[in-house]
Amino acid sequence: MLISCPHCGPRDVSEFTYQGDGNRVRPDHASTDIGAWNAYVYDRVNIAGEHNEIWQHSGGCRMHLSVTRNTLTHKISSSTPVQAARPTQKAARKSRTKA
Amino acid sequence: MTSTRISMGGRIDRSRVINFTFDGKRFAGHPGDTLASALLANGVSLFGRSFKYHRPRGVLSAGVDEPNALVTIVRDAVREPNLPATTVEIYDGLIAESQNRYPSLQFDVGAVNQLASRFLGAGFYYKTFMGPKIWPLKGTRFWMFCEHFIRRAAGLGTAGLEPDRSRYERMNAFCDVLVVGSGPAGLSAAKAAADQGANVIMADIDARFGGSANWSEETIDGAPASEWASAIVQQLATMPNVRLLSRTSVWGYYDSNTLAALERVSDHKTRPSFGEPRHRHWTIRAGHVVLATGAFERPMVFTGNDLPGVMLASAGQRYANEFGVLIGRRVALFTNNDTAYGAALALKRAGATIAAIIDVRKTVSDTARSAAAECYAELITGYAVQTTEGSKQLDGVRIQQFDGQRTTERERLVEADCLLVSGGWSPAIHLASQAGAHPIWNEDLQAFLPPPPTDKWVGAGAFNGTFDTATAIDEGLSAGRTASGNTKPRKTKSSVVEGYKCQPNPAPVFEIKGKGKAFVDFQHDVTADDVRLAHTEGFTSVEHLKRYTTLGMATDQGKTSNVPGMAIMAETIGKPIPEVGSTRFRPPFAPVSVGALAAERFGDLKPERLTPMHDWHIDHGATMYGAGLWYRPMIYGLKGETVEQAYVREARAVRSGVGIVDVSTLGKIAVQGPDAAEFLDRVYTNMFSTLPVNKARYGMMLREDGFVMDDGTTWRLGETEFLMTTTTANAGKVMQHLEYFLDVVWPDLKVHVTSVTDQWAGAAVAGPRSRAVLEACVSGTAVDNAALPFMGIVHGEIAGVKVMICRLSFSGELAYEVYCGANSGTHVWEALIEAGKPHGITPYGLEALGTLRIEKGHVTGAEIDGRTTAHDLHLDWLLSKKKPFIGSAMMNREGLQAEDRLQLVGIIPLDNLPINGGAHIVEELHESHPSDSIGHVTAMCYSPALGKYIALALVKAGKSRRGSRAFVSDPLRKRFGPVEIVSHHFFDPEGSRLHG
Amino acid sequence: MAEYSAFSVIRNALSGNRNWKPAWRKPDPKPSYDVIIVGGGGHGLSTAYYLAKEHGITNVAVLEKGYLGSGNVGRNTTAVRSNYLLPQNIRFYEHSMKLWENLSHDLNYNVMFSQRGVLNLAHTPGQLDEFARRGNAMRHLDADAELMDVAAIKRLMPIVDDSDNARFPIFGGMMQWRAGTARHDAVAWGYARGADRRGVDILENCEVKGFLRDGDKVVGVMTSRGEIRAKKVAVAVAGSTGHVMRLAGIERLPIESHVLQAFVSEALKPILNTVVTFGMGHFYVSQSDKGGLVFGGDIDGYNSYAQRGNLPIVEDVMSEMVALFPSLATVRLLRSWGGVCDMSMDGSPIITTGPLPGMYLNCGWCYGGFKATPASGWCFAYTIAKDQPHDLNAPFSLDRFHRGTVIDDKGQGATPRLH
Repeated sequence: MLISCPHCGPRDVSEFTYQGDGNRVRPDHASTDIGAWNAYVYDRVNIAGEHNEIWQHSGGCRMHLSVTRNTLTHKISSSTPVQAARPTQKAARKSRTKA
Repeated sequence: MTSTRISMGGRIDRSRVINFTFDGKRFAGHPGDTLASALLANGVSLFGRSFKYHRPRGVLSAGVDEPNALVTIVRDAVREPNLPATTVEIYDGLIAESQNRYPSLQFDVGAVNQLASRFLGAGFYYKTFMGPKIWPLKGTRFWMFCEHFIRRAAGLGTAGLEPDRSRYERMNAFCDVLVVGSGPAGLSAAKAAADQGANVIMADIDARFGGSANWSEETIDGAPASEWASAIVQQLATMPNVRLLSRTSVWGYYDSNTLAALERVSDHKTRPSFGEPRHRHWTIRAGHVVLATGAFERPMVFTGNDLPGVMLASAGQRYANEFGVLIGRRVALFTNNDTAYGAALALKRAGATIAAIIDVRKTVSDTARSAAAECYAELITGYAVQTTEGSKQLDGVRIQQFDGQRTTERERLVEADCLLVSGGWSPAIHLASQAGAHPIWNEDLQAFLPPPPTDKWVGAGAFNGTFDTATAIDEGLSAGRTASGNTKPRKTKSSVVEGYKCQPNPAPVFEIKGKGKAFVDFQHDVTADDVRLAHTEGFTSVEHLKRYTTLGMATDQGKTSNVPGMAIMAETIGKPIPEVGSTRFRPPFAPVSVGALAAERFGDLKPERLTPMHDWHIDHGATMYGAGLWYRPMIYGLKGETVEQAYVREARAVRSGVGIVDVSTLGKIAVQGPDAAEFLDRVYTNMFSTLPVNKARYGMMLREDGFVMDDGTTWRLGETEFLMTTTTANAGKVMQHLEYFLDVVWPDLKVHVTSVTDQWAGAAVAGPRSRAVLEACVSGTAVDNAALPFMGIVHGEIAGVKVMICRLSFSGELAYEVYCGANSGTHVWEALIEAGKPHGITPYGLEALGTLRIEKGHVTGAEIDGRTTAHDLHLDWLLSKKKPFIGSAMMNREGLQAEDRLQLVGIIPLDNLPINGGAHIVEELHESHPSDSIGHVTAMCYSPALGKYIALALVKAGKSRRGSRAFVSDPLRKRFGPVEIVSHHFFDPEGSRLHG
Repeated sequence: MAEYSAFSVIRNALSGNRNWKPAWRKPDPKPSYDVIIVGGGGHGLSTAYYLAKEHGITNVAVLEKGYLGSGNVGRNTTAVRSNYLLPQNIRFYEHSMKLWENLSHDLNYNVMFSQRGVLNLAHTPGQLDEFARRGNAMRHLDADAELMDVAAIKRLMPIVDDSDNARFPIFGGMMQWRAGTARHDAVAWGYARGADRRGVDILENCEVKGFLRDGDKVVGVMTSRGEIRAKKVAVAVAGSTGHVMRLAGIERLPIESHVLQAFVSEALKPILNTVVTFGMGHFYVSQSDKGGLVFGGDIDGYNSYAQRGNLPIVEDVMSEMVALFPSLATVRLLRSWGGVCDMSMDGSPIITTGPLPGMYLNCGWCYGGFKATPASGWCFAYTIAKDQPHDLNAPFSLDRFHRGTVIDDKGQGATPRLH
C-alpha cells in the first residue's frame, strides 16, 4: 500500500504510523465533560467503506496526514496535511482562542 | 515408463555434461535440464511418495504445478525440502533426495497405509482418536498419544538443523509496466510497451524466457516459435528501458500495484558467484501490470491416475521439445479436448509410438482426426480410461466405452508405458485474484477466466483463455500498449502462426467413475470419493470442501486439482460449477523461501544502538545488557565477583564517594518556540511555565486516558527553549505523542520538537564527592552550591569540550548530569574518570543504578507499566490543580480512583533472602496451592545502605498496609517467606543527602 | 444422529461411506426463534451449543453471512492458552482451557486439542521477571506455568538459535504446558454439529441486512433470507462488529477492525513440538499435525475489513522467524491469509447484555478469539439466558472503558494497534 505524503510523495505504508479514526474531535482542553472525553478517547468510527483516518509519516517528514481510505479495498482517495484537512476543528479552536 | 534422451533437439546443451546424485545414485544431465528432465532422460520413473498413502509417484507436469515429484536439495549441511524436481535446475555436484519414504523410495513401509486406506478417508480423524472418557485417558491424553504417531507419519521433507549461511537480498524496483510471463503474449506485451518508451520489467518463473514458445511446434512469422521468441528477447535485452528477470516468480499482488517477486539468483549454480545472493526478494511498484501467466493443464480423474507414467499431455510435449526427453516409447493419450492431439504429434515426431488416442467425446473434430492419423495412432472415441495397469509404473490402461457419464462393459487393454492425459486448461488467474478480481466461469472452456481488466492490470494470452498463438500475440501487443498508456488502435499486422491449430474447448468431463482410488489432489491423496464423502457430510461449499478434504492445500496449492474437485462436487450436488463457489487465491502464487523475505534482516534482525562510550565500557570490563535496541553496562565486574557483589560495590561507592554512569540512552527532545512553556504545561501534569531559565524540573505526563505515561526531567535552557528527557524505553513514544498534539490538536501552538537523543552524550556523576570531581575538571563556570544549586544548570567546558551540567539526582546523592556533544562523549567521560581518580570514582552499571533508585523509591518502567496512576505511585504531588493537562479530566474516573488498586510499597523480606522481580505478595501463604495474590514485586536489590534485601512492589491498597506483615509467594522460582510492607522511601526519605 | 467413533468410521467405510449424515442440517429459517445469534463463527456456534446444553434453550438460530466458520475461526494460528497477566483474563481463559480439555468428548468431535505447551521466550533478565510476574499470577489462579532455562529450551527445540551472538540472545522462557493447539475448523464444525444435534437451526448464506425494532427494543433481523423475529438477538461477529452494529444504528464502539495476517509453510517432518513466541518483537509459531509451520506476528496496524494485508508485515514476520530459527531460512512459505480482528481499546473482549434492549453483544477479541471460543460461548450463553453476565464475564462489560475499569494486559492504553 502506498500513501501519498503531501510533502514527500508516494511512500510505502511501512514508513507511516496509523493514528486511528480521524472523525474524533478532542474536547476543549479545559473541558471537564467526562462523557465527551470518554467518547473522544474510546469510541471510534469503524466503518466498512470510506474511512477518515490520521496517519503520521513517521519514517519520513513526520507530518500527520488526513487520509480517506476504503477499508474494504485499501484504496486511498485523498491524503492531505492534517491541519489543512480539518477546517472545522481549526475553526473551533480559533473561536476557543478568541473566547 | 521407459523415458530416454532423444539424440537431437531440445534447448539443452549436449556438449556439456553435468553430474549430480539422486538418493545417492549418480546421474548425468546437460545444461538446460531440470532435475525432472535429467532423471527422466536417465529412465527414472519413481520420484516420490504421496502424503497419506505413500503411493509411488512419478512426474505429472513439467513446471511449478507439479504435485508429485518433490525432492530435498542438500547443499553442505543445509537442506531445502519440498522442491518440485520440475523446477530445480541441475548443477555439477547437486545432491537431491526423495522424501516421505522409509527406508527407501523403492520400498517404503509407509505404503502399508494403503491397506487401511478405506478407513482413512477425508475427515476420519475428526471422528476418531478421542479415546475413552475415563481416567487416566480422559481429556486430551489419548489423542496426544495417537497424535505423536500421526505427526511422525505426516510432513513431507525434512528441514535441516544447521543454520543456513546463504545471503538473501532485497531489491525495490519501479516501472511503468510489469509483464508477468514471457510466452508469446508476454513477450509481445513487453516489446509493445518498451517500444512506447515505457520502463518495463518482464519476469518469468523459468530460466528461459519464451514460455510455450520453447516447446511449441509452431512457426511464428516463418521462424520456429523458439527462435521468434529468442529474437524478441534479444531485442528487449538491448533496450535501456527494459529489465529482464528470469527465474523470477511474481508471487504476490499487494495494494497500490505493489508486487512481490522471488528471483532464484544462484540456486542453479554449484557455488554462487562472489557477493551473489541465493535469492533476491523484489518489491516492484508497477504503474500497470500485464498478466501473461498462461494456463495450467488439468489431469483427468480416474482409477489409478497417479501411477508413475501418467503425465499431462503438455508436459510430455515440453519434455520432448524443450528438454530432448522422450517420456515413453509407446505412448497412449487420454483427452477430453483437441489440444492434446498436438502433444501426440510432438511425441510422434520425437520418435514415440502413439499406441492410441482415447477421447471421451463420441465425435471429434477433423483437426483432431487428421492429427491422430498423422501420428498413426488408433483413435478411440467415446471411450475413457477406466484404470491403469502396473505396480510402480505404467504397463497399460484399461479402457471402456463412455457415454459422457459412466463407462460400460466393452473393456479393452491398451498397452503403453506412458499415458498422456488432458482434462482441459485452467488459466493462471492467481495474481488477478489476489488483486481482488472475481473469476468468471466460462462454459465453453470449462474454466474460470479473469474478469475484464482494471486500471491496474490487463491480461493477455492463455491467462485470458486465449489459446491461439496469433491471437495471444495480438492481445499481448494491445496489452503492452494499453499498459504503457497508448490507447490508439494498433496499426501493425498480426503475426502469422503456422502449426497445429485447434479449438481448446473440452468436453465437460472431469472424472471417469470406477472402483478404486481416483485422485483429484495427488499430493494430499484426496480422491473423488473423498469429495463425495464431503458432500454426504454436508461440506459442500468450496471452502468447506477444501478444509474438510485438504484438497488444494498441498505445496502445489491445487493448481491441477481445484477445478476437477469443484466439478465433482458440482456434479454430486447437481448444480453448475460456479455455484459451488470460486477460490480466492492468496499469496504466494508459488512457495517463497522464508530467508528471501527476511532478506537483509536474516542474521541482522534489528539495528544495534550503542552509546558514544560503548567501547570504553567494553574495555573496562562491563557486562552489557540489552535494553530495547540499546546496549547498556549492567555491571563492571571485577575478577571473581558475582553480579550482586559487583553492583553492591558500585552502589556503595556512589553513597560513600563518587560514581559515574552512562545516561546517554535517555530520550532527549528539544522543545523550542514561543509557546514551548505553554505546551509543556499542557503535556506535563505539573507546571513548567514557572520554571526559571537554567533550572530543571522533574515532570510526569499522563496518557489521554489518565494513566501515567512517562516521567523525566525537563531543563529550561532559555525563555523559549527546553530540553526534555524521557525514559530510555519511551523516547520514541513520547516524541510521537508530542508531535501528534502539536500537529493534530494544537497546530496554533508555536512549538517545534526535535529528537536529540543521539546528539548528546550524557554521564551522571553521583555521590558526596561528585562536586569535587567536577571542580577538578570543569572550566568556564563555577559548580559550587551557589552557582549550581539543586536543579540548576550551568554551561562550561571539560577538557576543551563544551558541556552542559545539570545538578539532579536519581540516586538520592549529590549528583550531576553532564551532557556534551555525542562525538565528544568518550573524551569527556575519560576526563571525568581522570578527574575522579583521586576520589576513587567508580563506573557503575544498570544494576547499581537500579539499587540506588530502589533505595530511594523512585519509579521506572517496572512501576510505570501503563496500568498505574499518579496516585498509585504516590506522585499526586505532581498533579497541578491550577491548569488542565493531558489526562487531567480522565484521571478521576472511578476505575482509576478505586481503593483496592495496586499501590507502590516497599517490601523487606524478613528472612533477609533475595526475592525476585515478578514474585507475588499474599496475605496467607499456601506453598503447594498458591492463591489470593495481592500484588507483585517490581524490583529488588541488596541495599548496601540498609544492609539488607529490599524490594519495591505494587500491592492492593498498599498504602494502608504499611507496617503490616505479608508473604512473598513465587511458585515459579520456589521462593516463599515472610515480608514486611513498608514505605517505598527506604533511604534518606527527607532527601537531605542530595543537598550535600 | 450417529455418534462418531473408530467403530463408526470402520462400519461406514465397509458400506462405502454412503451412510454418513451431514454434520449439520441445512434448514430453512423459521419465522421466529427464542434466540437469534448473528454470526456462525466459533463464538456464535459455541454460544448456541451452550444455550442448548447448559440452559435448555434450543429454539435458536445461528445466522451466517457466508459459509459456516468462514470468519476468524478458520483463519487463526490455532493456539490455545491462558497465559495472561491480569486476573480477569486468567480466570476467563483458564475456564476456557478447562472446557478445551474435555471438548472433544463433550462434542463427540475430535477438535485435536493437543497440549503441547506454549513457550514465551525472554531475552533479558528484566523480561524474564515480567514473565515470572505473569506466570506467578497464573499459578495463584490455578493455571499452570513454569520457567525454563536456556538449556531446557534448547533440548525442547534443537533448531532454536541459543547462541550469545544472536541479536537478542535467549535468556529463558515461560512455559504453559497445558496450552497448545487445536484444529481450528474442527472446532467450528464440532460446535455446529453439537448445536444442530440439540435442535439449533444453523442458517448459512443468511446475511443480516438490518435489525427489526419495536421502539428501542430489538425484536429480530432482516436477512438475505427474509425477516426473522426473536425474543433475543445476540451478535457474535468479531471482525465485523463495527459493520453489523452500524446496521443497528450504533456508529461508534471502543473497537477498530484491523487485519492480521497468518502464514503457513510447506509441510515438514516434525521439527517443532510446542508453540513458541519470540520476546523481542511479535512472532509466534507452531507446527501443525500435517507438518506445516503455522505462524504470525503483528497486525498490519490500520483499519481494514479486506481480509488481506501488505508486505511489510510479511517481511517482519519472516525476519523474526529466521532470527529464532536460522536453519528455517530454506523453508518455503506456502500460504498467507488475512483475518479481520476487533481490536478493542484495552486488548480485552466485550461480552455483555445490550447495548440496546433485546440485544446481546460479544466482540472485541483482538487476536485472542480462537482460544476463547468455548468460554466465550459458555459465558455469552449464560448472559443471554439469565439477562446478566456470569462472574467470569462481568468484568468484560462495555461500560468499563468509560468507568476506567479497563483490563489492559499489555498496558498500552486506548491505542488498539498496540494491543
